[in-house]
Amino acid sequence: MPSFFVFLRHCFRRELLLSFRKRSEWVNPIIFFVSIVVFVPLGISPDERLLSQLAPGMVWIIALLAVLLSLDSLFQGDYEDGSLEQILVSGQSLYWVVIVKCIVHWLMTGLPLAILSPLLGLMMSLPSEGYLPLIISVFLGSGSLSFIGGIGAALTVALKRGGVLLSLIIIPLYVPVLIFGAGSVNAAVDGYSISGQLAVLGALFSGALVLAPLASAGALRIGLNN
Amino acid sequence: MAQSLIFNNLGFERDERYIFRHLAFQANAGDLVQVVGPNGSGKTSLLRVVVGLLRAEEGTIEWGEKDTDSSSLAHSLLYLGHETGVNYALTALENLRWYFGLNGSKAHSLSEAEEPEMTDEVLVHALNAVGLLGYSDVICHEMSAGQRRRVALARLFVSAAPIWILDEPFTAIDIAGVARLEQQLQAHCSRGGIVLFTTHQTSSLQNIRSLDLADFKPTESSLYGGELDDA
Repeated sequence: MPSFFVFLRHCFRRELLLSFRKRSEWVNPIIFFVSIVVFVPLGISPDERLLSQLAPGMVWIIALLAVLLSLDSLFQGDYEDGSLEQILVSGQSLYWVVIVKCIVHWLMTGLPLAILSPLLGLMMSLPSEGYLPLIISVFLGSGSLSFIGGIGAALTVALKRGGVLLSLIIIPLYVPVLIFGAGSVNAAVDGYSISGQLAVLGALFSGALVLAPLASAGALRIGLNN
Repeated sequence: MAQSLIFNNLGFERDERYIFRHLAFQANAGDLVQVVGPNGSGKTSLLRVVVGLLRAEEGTIEWGEKDTDSSSLAHSLLYLGHETGVNYALTALENLRWYFGLNGSKAHSLSEAEEPEMTDEVLVHALNAVGLLGYSDVICHEMSAGQRRRVALARLFVSAAPIWILDEPFTAIDIAGVARLEQQLQAHCSRGGIVLFTTHQTSSLQNIRSLDLADFKPTESSLYGGELDDA
């Protein structure tokens, strides 16, 4: 058996290669994110006061939905082509494979959303105090979203059309992330300290990073067991 | 690797109905075992039980000295299922690199630290052996079904895993390719390896032992796990 680091390196290399080859899978959520934010002022009102009030929550909700949109394919391909079977049979730990997949998913969706969020804040007339908290909270929060979403993707992996069920399972689990994420931006705009909210987001992320892959790996085993 | 793979009284159930029951079999080093039986007799299920993808309701599998659950057996296995684990978006070489990055050679004599990394030369050589000369950098999406199957079969020319579990390995492979693979199976057995495979094609392999699942088909009374014949 190869050593742990050789194994991890190969997993990372494969996932990154696949993400770059399948461009549409990570470009799609970004297009979704940008287009909705562009539509909001057109559809609701271009009034600056109104938009600036909506901005923190709106950007966060759309970021969350964009992540949700991209979850479907997280394990689907590997399930269908037999790669998951091969991972289980190889005797390597599925837990680490799931962590690698979720980290790469985070890098390909959460990171671009975080980088784009100030631009969208600008379109939504977000007050300037909100920019930095928005970037940090979307970056930190989307990590939790990827890892928690992995559980739903793993549970629905054996279903042909698992999308609806996936959303139903995952949306309740996303509520805390949304509350503290949007809350931190709101607090910053109102001139309060945001360290409390960021600490909670950080705690949610570290919890999700360690525990969610356990659940995902278990769910994948069940999915393969038929 | 003078070890045996032993099935003790295996029973597998699906939807509360036994597919096979009281299956006892011993495969010794150097055995080439063909699992035979009509459709639905549980050939694929048996192979998936052996590699640990399915759980048997009854019985145990032994490999080596002690009772094997999964881990030590998993470190000796090469498994090829109906879906081969060849990713369409990767090239042939990338697929093999990933596979051996996960599995390594699985040679028994090597500890984790001694395991050398597979060089690309070895992998390209394996691709040549399955007739994919010059295809190492072609995306698998652009290959035919048979060629993709060959990418997966190239693993047989690198792996030193003692047990090979092959479910319909010859699907979509042409006659010359099948002959080449049969040679490789025979070579593996003569090195003291064990091969368990299924096929619906007539093969020209010599010295096959067959494991007929019809022998372990449950009788009427034991079909639903009845207590009548339970000792």
